[in-house]
Amino acid sequence: MKFGVVVLPGSNCDQDCFYVIKDVLKKPVRYIWHKDTDVDGLNCVILPGGFSYGDYLRTGAIARFSPVMKSIAGFARKGGTVIGICNGFQILLEAGLLPGVMLRNKGLHFLCKYVYIKTENNQTRFTNFYNTGQILRIPVAHNEGNYYIDAAGLKELRDNNQIVFRYCSATGEISDQFNPNGALDNIAGIINKKGNVLGMMPHPERSSERELGSPDGYFVFKSIVEWLENR
Amino acid sequence: MIKQEVYRSLGLSDKEYRNILKILKHKPTNTELAMFSVEWSEHCGYTRSRKWLRLLPKTGKYKTLIGEDSGGIILDGLAIIFKMESHNHPSQVEPKQGAATGVGGIIRDIFTAGARPIALLDSLRFGPLSQAYNKYLFTGVIDGIQFYGNCVGVPTVGGEIYFDKSYTGNCLVNAMCIGIAKKGKLVRARAFGKENSIMYVGSSTGRDGIGGCSILASHEFKEGEEKRPTVQIGDPFTEKCLIEATLEAINTGYVVGIKDMGAAGLTCCTSEMASAGNSGMDIELQAVPRREENMQPWELMMSESQERMLICVKKGKEDQIKKIFLKWDLNASIIGKVTNDELVTIRDNGKIVAQIKAHSLTQPPIYDMPYKKPRYLRELNKLKLNKILKPKDYNKVLLKLLAAPSITNKTWVYEQYDHMVGTNTVILPGSDAAVLRLKGTNKAIAATTDCNSRYCFLNPYRGAQIAVAEAARNLVCSGAHPAAVTDCLNFGNPEKPESFWQFKNCVEGIADACKFFNIAVVSGNVSFYNESPQSVINPTPTIGMIGIINDVNKACSQNFKQEGDVIILLGYCRDELGASEYLKEIYNLMKGNAPQLDLRLEQAVQRTALEAIEKGLVNSAHDCSEGGLAVALAECCISNKDNMIGAIIDNLNYDMRADALLFGESQSRIILSCSKDCVEKIRKIALEFKAPFCVIGKIGGRVLRILKAKEELIYLPLEKLFDEWNGSLKRKIEG
Repeated sequence: MKFGVVVLPGSNCDQDCFYVIKDVLKKPVRYIWHKDTDVDGLNCVILPGGFSYGDYLRTGAIARFSPVMKSIAGFARKGGTVIGICNGFQILLEAGLLPGVMLRNKGLHFLCKYVYIKTENNQTRFTNFYNTGQILRIPVAHNEGNYYIDAAGLKELRDNNQIVFRYCSATGEISDQFNPNGALDNIAGIINKKGNVLGMMPHPERSSERELGSPDGYFVFKSIVEWLENR
Repeated sequence: MIKQEVYRSLGLSDKEYRNILKILKHKPTNTELAMFSVEWSEHCGYTRSRKWLRLLPKTGKYKTLIGEDSGGIILDGLAIIFKMESHNHPSQVEPKQGAATGVGGIIRDIFTAGARPIALLDSLRFGPLSQAYNKYLFTGVIDGIQFYGNCVGVPTVGGEIYFDKSYTGNCLVNAMCIGIAKKGKLVRARAFGKENSIMYVGSSTGRDGIGGCSILASHEFKEGEEKRPTVQIGDPFTEKCLIEATLEAINTGYVVGIKDMGAAGLTCCTSEMASAGNSGMDIELQAVPRREENMQPWELMMSESQERMLICVKKGKEDQIKKIFLKWDLNASIIGKVTNDELVTIRDNGKIVAQIKAHSLTQPPIYDMPYKKPRYLRELNKLKLNKILKPKDYNKVLLKLLAAPSITNKTWVYEQYDHMVGTNTVILPGSDAAVLRLKGTNKAIAATTDCNSRYCFLNPYRGAQIAVAEAARNLVCSGAHPAAVTDCLNFGNPEKPESFWQFKNCVEGIADACKFFNIAVVSGNVSFYNESPQSVINPTPTIGMIGIINDVNKACSQNFKQEGDVIILLGYCRDELGASEYLKEIYNLMKGNAPQLDLRLEQAVQRTALEAIEKGLVNSAHDCSEGGLAVALAECCISNKDNMIGAIIDNLNYDMRADALLFGESQSRIILSCSKDCVEKIRKIALEFKAPFCVIGKIGGRVLRILKAKEELIYLPLEKLFDEWNGSLKRKIEG
């Protein structure tokens, strides 16, 4: 089993993801340079957070044209496991690998803080270590995390159980008060219909060690490993 | 023929111009004159401050590294490199870009040494938020820091924000960066080795920021001046790519020396790298990548376009280095070579446009500035406590202080900064010091910035000593051994003897305090001319200090943790209120003297706290600073929103005014909390170090109560404390 972490110009959580896979999960991992197209031998591709191309245009809008994205689309089509975190999620939306768009945070500020999210669907390769309804304490750090999709799209997400994480209170209450960025329906993470591509705004790699304040995000990666090893 | 108004407009005096004629033995070309003007400016040449800066100790208990543009310490096999630098004037003119490029510049000073930047801190000072322009500056600076820091991927983990009317017309933006490297992988800002190549990398050169250091940073603001064209524009995305490419390039071993083109751009890089390497340099300007047409040689030499660096590369290895930068889509162009004639030779299409001895540029005339104690201090230092009415309701005073802009919760600010990227931040912003783990080791570093400029105004020498003592105390409260200092010295016009007296005394204060604690000043920066028609700033010698935590699991934070824990006060309260936040906020007075400081007492308190923390006896530690004991206790109760706990303080046996006891800012005090069974062990440690020790109360309930003998001075529910402390900044900004 091998993980790959994409390095786009401006990625800045690539080394953090690499560290978690290599030193916390102790699994093989390599970087994928954005000008390369080789994803052979990989079982899971991580699109990390950061500011690809500076986010000078709409977030993810340039990154989706990187040569590596074509390979990742092909990899996903064949059922490969892809997880996009923060900027990675934004890129997956721009690339059409996940439905919907990102708007600016409702507060019009970058926001970095711990939030709570509720696991809405544990029947995925990314969440099999969680219980449905389990509440995770996990950081967000973004300027454009205000997820939006039209009514038909939202209905489809709901009907197919594609909404994986939603922002909530420490006790699991879901309301505007506990929505850090204004995301529609408090959506923090979704999967595609096939269930092999996950996008999430919160950072599981920043909450994979007790030392950093919360180990809750660790089980996203652990779930992937579990699924890859036992499918 | 060079006219007087030309060299004067470049910031050179008549005497300096005559000096230049003597050195060159001919009339300077425009380019030569421009080069002298920037290198001999205070900003680059430290012409007025250098004499006094020599007092600062360069060695301490940790092995130090002093480079051209940064410094650091050695910890086992690691080098920890750090520096703080001001970007005050640009931020006053254009707050977002001024602050952003300040952050970018300090990051470049760190990674050009070969260290990966792992943290940023910012010490910020503004005039009162009641004035619209100050609000614009404040929000603009915050926006600039988040814009640059978040994108470049270096976490902003700490700092401080103060408001005082002396900063109206001259805000202060001091940015500090910390980086780490393997010990053997560091590079200096030097060029040497005849025939080695000089390579230009990074962004192309434009006309932005021409004269930024000589004109903007080395003069005070005058009425109605338009200085916006001298501010540079930041590009954090390019900088992020530069970080990765540069570290990769250094890793090849083919980089002889490297320097950021910051203030004074190409002039500074060529002359200072040549001078530091005792070499010369032959440069062809036609090879410089540019983004504007028809740029004159002097403009190319003066431009302060951002995100550019100069590298001295081993001959024959140019292609390998070039390949790395091209991979990151960055310019990399060979623009010259190292010579051994010690001359900086600048050519345009082969024709020499400037030829100057490198040392003569980097060794500007040093001025011995006159200084004089200001007369007004005699009157200001007088404070008769019995003339000050005692407040009727101490609860109201405490709530007002918690909402004071300099004390209030700054979450609104640091939530806009990515303070976690890099996954090293073990203690998040909002405690006494930020703590970053060092991956692959059991250790961590703690970092803080400190300076109470009111103290420094009323007593520069003692105020500067307190800045050092308080920084060390903050680190100790996080469980760290204070290790080394970077200083950012912000003052008014040095040509005014009263301002220079403040500078001299502050430097002496820092030097003496650092020598006492045996910590070195490894890097720093001087910013003079922080005055405008509205005001002269309080002397502000900002201290950036880092400390070492030997066991990351012992890192300590300020908030109370556990019902039933015992509260201990190390140190003692004196009957003093001079220079306090209390006098300023409640009586609108800036009077009296800075609090007393006994360095031996300070050390005893710090050693006790540190040993208790390292032995795992302590659950929280917080120092008493602005707002005194009452504010510090309130912060211990409410600073962790998810776990607020009350306290009762019922053993304060002091015979003094209640307001001095609650809000006086006596130094050398630390509030500890611990479980009952650790109290005696901590008492023993305090006894051993001869630190005053007193159990003053215990943790529990939903109220903060403070009693003096039997009199209840403070009774406030946690929610009330939290509301005042938490909401006031956001209310002032967003209305």
